[in-house]
Amino acid sequence: MASAEETKDTATSHSLAPTDDEAPPADDAVLDLGKKKKKKVKKTEDGEGADGEAAADGGLDLTLKKKKKKKVPKEGTEDEFAAKLAALDLEKDGGDGEETAAGEQSGDMEQGTGIWKHDETKEISYELLLERFFSLLSQKNPDHASTGSRSYKIPPPQCLREGNKKTIFANIEEICKRMKRSSEHVTAYLFAELGTSGSVAGSKQLVIKGRFQQKQIENVLRKYIIEYVTCKTCRSPDTDLNKGENRLYFITCNSCGSRRSVTAIKTGFSAQVGKRRKMQG
Amino acid sequence: MSIENLKTFDPFADAAADDDPGSSSKQEDYIHIRIQQRNGRKTLTTIQGLPSKFDRKKILTVVRKKFACNGTVVIDANMGEVIQLQGDQRKYMQEFLCDKKGLELDPKTIKVHGF
Ligand SMILES: [Zn+2]
Repeated sequence: MASAEETKDTATSHSLAPTDDEAPPADDAVLDLGKKKKKKVKKTEDGEGADGEAAADGGLDLTLKKKKKKKVPKEGTEDEFAAKLAALDLEKDGGDGEETAAGEQSGDMEQGTGIWKHDETKEISYELLLERFFSLLSQKNPDHASTGSRSYKIPPPQCLREGNKKTIFANIEEICKRMKRSSEHVTAYLFAELGTSGSVAGSKQLVIKGRFQQKQIENVLRKYIIEYVTCKTCRSPDTDLNKGENRLYFITCNSCGSRRSVTAIKTGFSAQVGKRRKMQG
Repeated sequence: MSIENLKTFDPFADAAADDDPGSSSKQEDYIHIRIQQRNGRKTLTTIQGLPSKFDRKKILTVVRKKFACNGTVVIDANMGEVIQLQGDQRKYMQEFLCDKKGLELDPKTIKVHGF
């Protein structure tokens, strides 16, 4: 069957869409990888069916005309042909398609190069478009992008060791900013939870007594966020912490407006560590 | 035939207990399990706020054997009697406090602190 052969051929070598009919074989070979997609598109879009059909019928050179043939079936009204083509196309997509995605559908969507060029006529694959949608969404409208999975992100705490007994929490300022809480409040919570003390170093870093790993600080921050940042009603982290009446602290949600009281940070019992207590009496 | 009103069961009993976290009495009832670092890798676990009906000394003898660690009861001016154990026993202690073979306390009243 000429059609089958032709289609096969198309799969392996496509010529440029615009020059489809007249494209010289040499051109085809050169352009092959880059233009496959285009060809496809054209086939579907353009009315070159007549030419292609003719070629197919006449048993044109396989290498050159594959594209055309494909085109022909797509455009053509013949049902059989169409069905066959569809099957072939699928095949093509499976095998060739990957190649095309890798080879052709490149380009920077930010800069509008490659496949994202304004006047580009290539078909852009669904996955790529979907990717672009989400990248644009998260870029221009981060709130919307995050509502679905409620991914509230704060940068991981950076922990450095100072000497042998102290830990430096380097980016506490940044994290506090992100949570909209004062670093004093966060610090008080950290010290209470970790059962230790510390000080603030020059460049807004927190020096904690004791050895702590990033993971451990992270766990405490997680607890802090649950207790003092997120809204219990709608789980939004966009909240404010204010001192209310009666020396109580309240969290007011900026998303749903709910308000809840939170407990003050209490250090609780702290055991005597290190130096022995001075002898009584 | 039963007369609803005569039942002693109060359907709102636990609603009152669950709500208003602001009420101070509930707040103070928490049992706090904390950890503190000592020298090097050594740590200390403290259990503060155990209901006074329990004998701390007896708990200690059981727990010391169970967790294979030493411990003492410290009397703090503000916090009362606090159990102090060597090492990080927070997990075991929490289990022990809630366990049927332990004190059978309500897990909701226990707060585990630390990393
Ligand atoms: Zn809310």
